Amino acid sequence: MRPLTEAETRVVFEKLGKYIGENIQLLVDRPDGTYCFRLHRDRVYYLSEKLLKLAASVPRDSLVAPGTCFGKFTKSQKFRLSVTALDFLAPYAKYKVWVKPGSEQSFLYGNHVLKSGLGRITENTAQYQGVVVYSMADVPLGFGVAAKSTQECRKVDPLAIVVFHQADVGEYVRNEDTLT
Amino acid sequence: MAAVRVEAVLAAAEEQEAEKRRSITVEKELELEYDLGNLLAVDRNPPPAAALRGAGPRREALLQALARDNTQLLMSRLWELPAERAGGAGGPLVAQLPEPTFRLPREKPPPKPRPPTRWEQFARLKGIRRKKKTSLVWDEQAKEWRRRWGYRRAGGDPSRAWLAEVPAGADPEEDQFARLRREKRERVARNELNRLRNLARAHRAGSAVPAAPLHPTGHQDRDELRRVARVARVSTASLGRFQPRLPKESAEPPSRSGGKKRRFEPLLGNLAAERSRQLELLRDMGSKKPVLDITRAVNKQLRQEEAEAAAANKGKKQSKRGKRGRRQQRPGRSGKKNGTRRQPQQQKPAGGGIGGR
Repeated sequence: MRPLTEAETRVVFEKLGKYIGENIQLLVDRPDGTYCFRLHRDRVYYLSEKLLKLAASVPRDSLVAPGTCFGKFTKSQKFRLSVTALDFLAPYAKYKVWVKPGSEQSFLYGNHVLKSGLGRITENTAQYQGVVVYSMADVPLGFGVAAKSTQECRKVDPLAIVVFHQADVGEYVRNEDTLT
Repeated sequence: MAAVRVEAVLAAAEEQEAEKRRSITVEKELELEYDLGNLLAVDRNPPPAAALRGAGPRREALLQALARDNTQLLMSRLWELPAERAGGAGGPLVAQLPEPTFRLPREKPPPKPRPPTRWEQFARLKGIRRKKKTSLVWDEQAKEWRRRWGYRRAGGDPSRAWLAEVPAGADPEEDQFARLRREKRERVARNELNRLRNLARAHRAGSAVPAAPLHPTGHQDRDELRRVARVARVSTASLGRFQPRLPKESAEPPSRSGGKKRRFEPLLGNLAAERSRQLELLRDMGSKKPVLDITRAVNKQLRQEEAEAAAANKGKKQSKRGKRGRRQQRPGRSGKKNGTRRQPQQQKPAGGGIGGR
């Protein structure tokens, strides 16, 4: 386990910024404690200082996961955000997409969101903007990338993809073995 | 008596002042030869005879006058050079010297060639010359040209050789694989030892150890130049700590271990400092983000067109629908008709066809 280097921090913050914009500083600078990012086996974890001190005393090979995994660095040093970060992204999300009850299941199985399943979308969403996907009852289901901007969403035909799927809470069941 | 002495003193003082303020023009029979790159001026005029022979104050005075005149000429030439103020308006005036033409002799003796190695001596004795070898060899098994040695060499990968024949006179109980490995290790060690011995011999003989030149020669490759640049950066009094970076140089300081070991921040280091560093990084990142003008512009354009189209429609069809109809029509996700019409204008400059269609 080690802290992130400056280059790695920049990559992670850029990725997070796509979803929560400048609210990252609310994650970095919390009033209820010191939280930090640490890298363990190519995965980025978000943990409190107290937990960090406990985890520091565990040998590296036996340590499975300190804190919450936000995502991992691939072999070519690209950062991939995982669904376990949803709890931290959802409250601070800038651009949100609400999915109709009928196509919730489809999204939870890993499919993209079609125009026919789109309930609401935040105004002024740009194309390829990171969005957080909610059900109509405001339950966060996952996150993705907007395939069309809000304006285009209005005009596009019902079977077109409007949100590309990136992660959903169904992965907790599907990828139980590989999630940390 | 005192008055005369005072007058004499005053006259002497005045003469001294006049000498100091001599004119800056100097007359010479032959022009001097100048090499301003070396700050050199060569005077080929024959000196006055009295300056050549004998010692004495007269000779000294003549020589000094000669030196002063020549220096004056050199200085006037230097002042004619193009000059600029270094370091802004208040800095010193720096002249741009031309390339030096006079070849200065060597300061140190030329380097001795390195002594020949043991093999080189033997080869010279026996008359053995280097046979030029091709870099690729035909591999019969793989039926293609492969390297002579190295990655994917001809003759297969020696580490994956699964068969090692027991040679004729060898002990049948001996492990052949172990023997091959041991022999390779011994060969490598012997070669290394000989290389170091040759190097020590060369060093003892006092010859120049062939090191890479530190100035750009035009024949250096990128890695060598990078190494040379690093040496140059570190050769300052503060060991390169305050050297400005070149445009494409990396911002991290060169590691003490020469790039072999990565160093990270301590795990439980100063968390407050880490937090402040991250906040500053966020601030930097936030300030540089340009506003997405393209999408805003496209959306604005689309909205404008929508509004125009709506106005045009209203004009054409006298709206018998009334208020209710218009309200029902408003929620913008209209059907295919609008979509297909708008399609060519919807293409974003960067967009591409990801969404299909």
